[in-house]
Amino acid sequence: MHACIVAVITALDFDHVSHEYATPDGRPYRVIDDVSLAISAGAFVALVGPSGCGKSTLLNLAAGLLVPTAGKIRIEGEELCGINRHATYMFQEDALLPWKNVRGNVALGLALAGTNRADAEIRANEWLARVGLAAFASHYPAQLSGGMRKRVAMAQNWILERSQVLMDEPFSALDVHTRLLMETELLALWDQPSDQGLGSRNAKRTVIFVTHDLEEAIALADEVVILSAGPASHVVARHAINLERPRNLLDLRTSSAFEALYRSIWSVLREEVVKSQQSAAHRA
Amino acid sequence: MRERAAVAAWRAGLAVVLLGGWQYAARVGAIDPFFLSRPSDIAERIWMWVSSAMLWRHLAVTLEESVLGLVIGGILGVATGFVLARSPFAARVLEPYIMMLNAVPRVVLAPLFLLWFGLGIWSKVALAVTLVFFVMFFSAYQGVREANRVIIDNVRMLGATERQLVRHVLFPSALTWIFSSLQVSLGFAMVGAVVGEYLGATRGLGYMISQAEGTFDTTGVFAGMFVLSMVVVSASAGVSRLERWLLRWKG
Repeated sequence: MHACIVAVITALDFDHVSHEYATPDGRPYRVIDDVSLAISAGAFVALVGPSGCGKSTLLNLAAGLLVPTAGKIRIEGEELCGINRHATYMFQEDALLPWKNVRGNVALGLALAGTNRADAEIRANEWLARVGLAAFASHYPAQLSGGMRKRVAMAQNWILERSQVLMDEPFSALDVHTRLLMETELLALWDQPSDQGLGSRNAKRTVIFVTHDLEEAIALADEVVILSAGPASHVVARHAINLERPRNLLDLRTSSAFEALYRSIWSVLREEVVKSQQSAAHRA
Repeated sequence: MRERAAVAAWRAGLAVVLLGGWQYAARVGAIDPFFLSRPSDIAERIWMWVSSAMLWRHLAVTLEESVLGLVIGGILGVATGFVLARSPFAARVLEPYIMMLNAVPRVVLAPLFLLWFGLGIWSKVALAVTLVFFVMFFSAYQGVREANRVIIDNVRMLGATERQLVRHVLFPSALTWIFSSLQVSLGFAMVGAVVGEYLGATRGLGYMISQAEGTFDTTGVFAGMFVLSMVVVSASAGVSRLERWLLRWKG
């Protein structure tokens, strides 16, 4: 490690960002209100908050899929305009192309960038081996289990060697055990940056991981960012997670350090969850 | 497997009962063969057409017109569907016009097309196009609009340009819809061609049928109808197989 010469670079910078959209009856609804948040390169950051707090909106803004109604987003120093080309995005829902087989799905990003077919397939095969799906290269997504589809989606994203990985509750639809397995695999991918990277890509990627599950957030991340209950969601607190790595997710959750962190962060998050439940009850 | 065999047996049985009943009724005089002909005469006529090569000459013309109508109408319809699905403003502007055009009964267009494109194949092709276009247009339009939002976002994040988006997502996703309407379009293309021939032509199945009608030759009319439906049924079967292969990912 050349830690001594690595300066802390801001990978993603929200600068007083707000986002509104028009409700069906024409009134503006403010999802995100004046969020300023700098995320340094190589960090694994989890965004947590009660349902409907705009976590996904914040991620979509970072991806460039949404444009903020106020404020600026800077990606590696440059103002974001259009799609964020430094990032890949792993969605909560199934986002694989059902008409492409597993290999075709994994190779898609390379094909779109104009890599020739043979090279793209070789790289895709390498990634399929890495996520343990080499034997399923010719299967179609409909023929795979939920966990396997998530692995394909991970390979589809990580093959692109982009410096940022945006993840929107990627494992929330999986059963508990599959989920634990996928979390472990995700950390392994992140901890061991690709060796055949594009030269500059030997550093860890920046991960922004949206989840409503505080346990998952603490188990995975370097830092947990808590968003307030919506509407007009903003950052309530940022909490560093200094559990040592590599982490063993099987045992981590019962360790005393984990429990202490959980208790102290939950006391903050709890308030927001209560608020969101009250406003939900109010609406109902 | 057993159910498939049962279905086939029942189908064959139904044909035997219907045709046999028809034949029997004509034989005992319950129906007048002058008005309804009879199966044995129809079969004989078809055999005569087949062996004299007369059928192939006329069928080839009808098929040519139908295929041209299907291809031209299909391409125009799918392309228009894609463009309008991608530009909601244009879609809203053009909506009443499309509805209006679609409401025009095609049969009344046939004489106009004869006037514009002559007695040859192109007036029939034009009629088939007007039928096929709308079916394909509506299904492609719907197919693109129903394309999964998340998959579109995913592919855009992976770096797709607008053209790549069409090729990798919108087109395959519309294909399901396009195929489901292809069966209908196929029938419509034949209808367009035959109606066109029926109203004014010198060749084609529609022409044969109209000639037969002109001489009160009901056997000729039924034989023409039978040949026509056989062609559509076998073409549909071909489309189904193609569809199963292209949509094999549905698993």
